[in-house]
Amino acid sequence: MNKRKLFQTINFSVFRFSALINGVALAIIIWFMLSRGYTAISWEFLTSAPSDSMTKGGIFPCILGTAAFCAVVLAIAMPIGVASAIYLNEYASQGRLVRIIRLGINNLAGVPSIVFGLFGLAFFCIVLNMGVSIAAGGLTLAIMTLPVIIGTSEEALRAVPDTYREASLGLGATKWQTIYRVVLPAAFPGIITGGILGLSRAAGETAPIMYTGAVFFTPVLPNSLFDEVMALPYHIYVLATAGTNIEETRHLQYGTALVLMALVFGMNLGAILLRSHLRKKNRI
Amino acid sequence: MTGFKIFEPCLISRETQALKKNSVEKNMHTMFLLIAFFSITMLFLIMVFLFLEAYPLAEYISLKDFIFGNYWYPTDDPADFGIFPIIVGSLLVTLLSGLVAIPLGIMTAVFLAEIASKRISEIIKPVVELMASMPSVVIGFFGMVEVAPFIQKLFNIPVGLNLFNASLMLAFMSIPTICSISEDALFSVPGALKEASFALGATHLETIVWVVFPASLSGICTGVILGMSRAIGETMVVLMVAGGAAVIPSSLFDPVRPMPATIASEMAEAPFGSEHYHALFAIGLVLFVFTFLFNILADHISYKFRQTGEASL
Repeated sequence: MNKRKLFQTINFSVFRFSALINGVALAIIIWFMLSRGYTAISWEFLTSAPSDSMTKGGIFPCILGTAAFCAVVLAIAMPIGVASAIYLNEYASQGRLVRIIRLGINNLAGVPSIVFGLFGLAFFCIVLNMGVSIAAGGLTLAIMTLPVIIGTSEEALRAVPDTYREASLGLGATKWQTIYRVVLPAAFPGIITGGILGLSRAAGETAPIMYTGAVFFTPVLPNSLFDEVMALPYHIYVLATAGTNIEETRHLQYGTALVLMALVFGMNLGAILLRSHLRKKNRI
Repeated sequence: MTGFKIFEPCLISRETQALKKNSVEKNMHTMFLLIAFFSITMLFLIMVFLFLEAYPLAEYISLKDFIFGNYWYPTDDPADFGIFPIIVGSLLVTLLSGLVAIPLGIMTAVFLAEIASKRISEIIKPVVELMASMPSVVIGFFGMVEVAPFIQKLFNIPVGLNLFNASLMLAFMSIPTICSISEDALFSVPGALKEASFALGATHLETIVWVVFPASLSGICTGVILGMSRAIGETMVVLMVAGGAAVIPSSLFDPVRPMPATIASEMAEAPFGSEHYHALFAIGLVLFVFTFLFNILADHISYKFRQTGEASL
């Protein structure tokens, strides 16, 4: 008996230790980025353009570019994602059709990011003649983000109690009226959470926009949806691997990485807090 | 006056109103159905375009020479388009990252679902989620500027950008996928099963190993497959950290060049419509086929062995 208990204690320590490793690994990365990147961060760094062939100056055009991509993702992926989730959760009955749709969504979620990039290049940039632009990059990112938004929206819709629907239908409302007036408002905060998570994923991805929307360097800020832009993640890659003076611009690289990490983590933490708040509220 | 308002709708006859309502309902249903098909349409389009852009390569090289050719010199004249070392690079990186990520991911999941107190798991869960959300370019950057010099010194090797480093960084990326899916599976094992095991005198560990783990095996397998699928498709990390030599590595510290890295690093220099361009799309197609098979397998396992109450055990 004692031997069994001891064996259990030892094994549980191993499990505990492995969970700890994850935390430590995350902490190490965050610590390195913070400790080496914070000196680069200043108001000027965030609001000025790169200068002297990207060895000095800031990252404002990159922040703007990433924001522009996010705006396209929000405008395209959000409505389509939420509508798909509504169909799957409210209209569809379980059957072969739904299984095929779900299989498609799961597989879309598993497509490698560089393949999205290839597709965006072949379809949006060349066939639809958008060129390297915010629109092409944003659409590519939107398709990549779609499964995330569908998944989280579905979870939000599922969390709405059936009694809400029954009460509304019982009062004589039609299905669409029930969805529009009762289910959607109740699921709204959860859907927003999913939207934030999707956006944070889109903001951090590099491979899909490398050849569809982001460029190495452009001296002008974008004027329309069909202009090319600089973007935060691609800027990190460019500075770290192909900059004019890789060693000397290290602090800029750390600074840019820190800004991107802070942006993505900020969105995620916000979404996580919002969700845990909602779960607590729903339980009561 | 308010009375009027109540009677107003009666100006339209009941039948017309009902008809109108009905057609709106039908339109809405159809619209949502069509939108729901958007994802699968896109998936289909991705396949079509990869194939269309990859197919012209068949004029220059046979499928067998493409997959099993040992030399990748796309810019030479005549060019060599053998991607065998590239495929091997991808598989090795994925396999090695799995050696780290699978045990760590599953053990963390067991810890979260079975051992940790609620307070602790409320701290660890966001940690795992933040790991999942870490932009891949940041991890690649970290591997390049911090881990590579460290490995170089530690093992006294010429370069730190190699198979080993890339596998470690990829493991960091696939742990969250494996962990969160496995945890869901472990968590959904019915309590009655565990209670029965406890009642028979098993310890908590024995219960986990002999009851909870087997009952959630399908979910854990799904998580592992999806985690590996994420690792094989990850681009930025292998692009920045793997070293980039298209040869079959002979040791753990040799540089490799996985499929995504090849596509990402060469697309800029491949002229539109050239053999090289089509060859890169062909690599994309091969990569897509790999992840597609992984995903179908994961879907099949989770569907076939899904937990439907205690009766399914």
